[in-house]
Amino acid sequence: MTGGDGTVLSLTDIFKHFPVRRSFFSRETLRVHAIDGVSLAVPAGKTVGLVGESGCGKTTLGRVALRLVEPDSGKILFLGQDITALAGEEMRRTRKMMQIIFQDPYSSLNPRMRVGDIVGEGWLVHGIAGSREIRELAERLLLRVGLSADAADKYPHEFSGGQRQRIGIARAISLSPKLVVADEPVSSLDVSVQAQILNLLKDIQEEYGMAYLFVSHDLRVIRHMSETVAVMYLGKLMEVSPAEEFFGNPLHPYTRSLLAAVPMLGGAPREKIVLRGEIPSPVSPPPGCRFHTRCFMARKLCEEVCPPLREAAPGRMAACHFV
Amino acid sequence: MLRYVIRRLVVIPVMLVGISLLSFLAIHLAPGGPISVAADLNPKATAEYRERMVRYYGLDQPLHVQYGRWLVRMSTLDFGPSFAPDGRQVSDKIKERIPVTLTINVLSMGLIFLVAIPIGIYSAVRKDSWFDRISTVTVFTGFAVPTFWLALLLMILFGVKLGWLPISGLVSLEHDSLSLAGRFWDRARHLLLPVLLAGFGGLAGMSRYMRSNMLEVIRQDYIAAAKAKGLGERQVVLRHATRNALLPVITILGLSVPDLLGGAVIFETIFAIPGMGQLFYQGVMARDVPLVMGILVIGAFLTLIGNLLADVGYALADPRIRTG
Repeated sequence: MTGGDGTVLSLTDIFKHFPVRRSFFSRETLRVHAIDGVSLAVPAGKTVGLVGESGCGKTTLGRVALRLVEPDSGKILFLGQDITALAGEEMRRTRKMMQIIFQDPYSSLNPRMRVGDIVGEGWLVHGIAGSREIRELAERLLLRVGLSADAADKYPHEFSGGQRQRIGIARAISLSPKLVVADEPVSSLDVSVQAQILNLLKDIQEEYGMAYLFVSHDLRVIRHMSETVAVMYLGKLMEVSPAEEFFGNPLHPYTRSLLAAVPMLGGAPREKIVLRGEIPSPVSPPPGCRFHTRCFMARKLCEEVCPPLREAAPGRMAACHFV
Repeated sequence: MLRYVIRRLVVIPVMLVGISLLSFLAIHLAPGGPISVAADLNPKATAEYRERMVRYYGLDQPLHVQYGRWLVRMSTLDFGPSFAPDGRQVSDKIKERIPVTLTINVLSMGLIFLVAIPIGIYSAVRKDSWFDRISTVTVFTGFAVPTFWLALLLMILFGVKLGWLPISGLVSLEHDSLSLAGRFWDRARHLLLPVLLAGFGGLAGMSRYMRSNMLEVIRQDYIAAAKAKGLGERQVVLRHATRNALLPVITILGLSVPDLLGGAVIFETIFAIPGMGQLFYQGVMARDVPLVMGILVIGAFLTLIGNLLADVGYALADPRIRTG
């Protein structure tokens, strides 16, 4: 049930710009370049970590992958099927196999629904179970994610942030999806709870064999979770590498500066790179390489020509003229 | 929950006493008195006649005694006789008029609900569409237009120019000679403009309010989650979004009771509808203290009950309050 090459999700040349309207009467003129030509593949049963600073478009990319946000252009292949223009009943059937876990455990659960209904609604929608069986299935699933069975009768506000995130996970896996977009699933949790949730996500992945597109700004979390790491900056991918090599030998100057900024205890001394300036506005991204305004390696060429994402080392992609 | 309701119910009489005290003082601070029409403006009235009137109405007593007497009587729901020449009991006068006002208000509330909420939902779901823009402009125009002025314009258009609708009263002269269906139709025609105008302001406000609630709810993640589960747009909007967006509307509904009663004074006077609003207007003009006090107390009571019902309704609808 995957594409020919074992990928669940394959994004090709995705663009998404959001119009910004300045006032009631003006026509849209400004556009936020949330995603500017991104191609990315997620292999079946594996985790691709998508990392970047806030506002770089990583959350939007996750939502485009599930078509919760419609891309302006580009192609979305899911299990080998082009779902970019899929509509109505067909799209709804496809949704069964793609789910999402949100960052904010508070706004992601409908406050007026019982937890059992939140978790079980997907089964009803897709006619997998009737309303009577749902109860039992939901209880079993809630136990699986580490909650008690009587949670099904409660409302979301009766739970803590970490517990609510478990409910969100139960909802996401209820339909046994092939792909789960995890959008900063632990960013709003305490560090001790983060570890529990991450381990739960890993265990469940082993059990269900689904792929994760794991969005985070936290490199340590990405390292813990991912087989492949993709780095995004201002709507473009800077580097895509297997995790091991990514953390051992980062290629792109942006990646190198990011890794240099992660505080770590012990280990070999690392290079010191200080990023200059602020991240430019995605409304008017710089010409040429997006990163040249802050890059320690930038030269004249970078201001004019945007480097394509290309194979820079065996099995590794980077978008830089000089690596 | 039951304890909460009881606690609220206990407070209501206290609030009523406070409200009535303020109203009482306000009436006595206002220029003119209940006998000014009969005595001051009548050149033939003698000083002795005036004296007799003042004593008859108990106006020679100090204010706190007057208020105390009124309060004691009110506690047995006796508002006393009206100062008007007919001297009838205030409670009788109110009793025969309150159904008219309540009918119009309930109908206009229904109208607000049936029209404003779908408009609000639709313009939020299709934000920035043509429908949204047109309804926004219309609603703000509606806010800006004074109801009494619009009422007069509509009377001229439908009543005078087109002659489609009657412009005053509740029934036609020949009402009693009509068949049952005819009577119903007659009443409906008379009620159409007043109900429309009574609801007009609320319509504008409510649709706007519903729109902003809906926009707030729609951007929540659980709406995206519902979509991700594979629910159709209709189900997402109706089942997940609307139910949450409707919650705050319940409160607004409770708060709108005084607006509706206040509005009744204006449109009942304009349309010559024999309701409580018109009675209040006449009472104020004649400085009929017992009548004005009676209506104010009943209005305050309805408002407090409205608020209580709204809060209870909110608690019943929102699980966070129910168990918390």
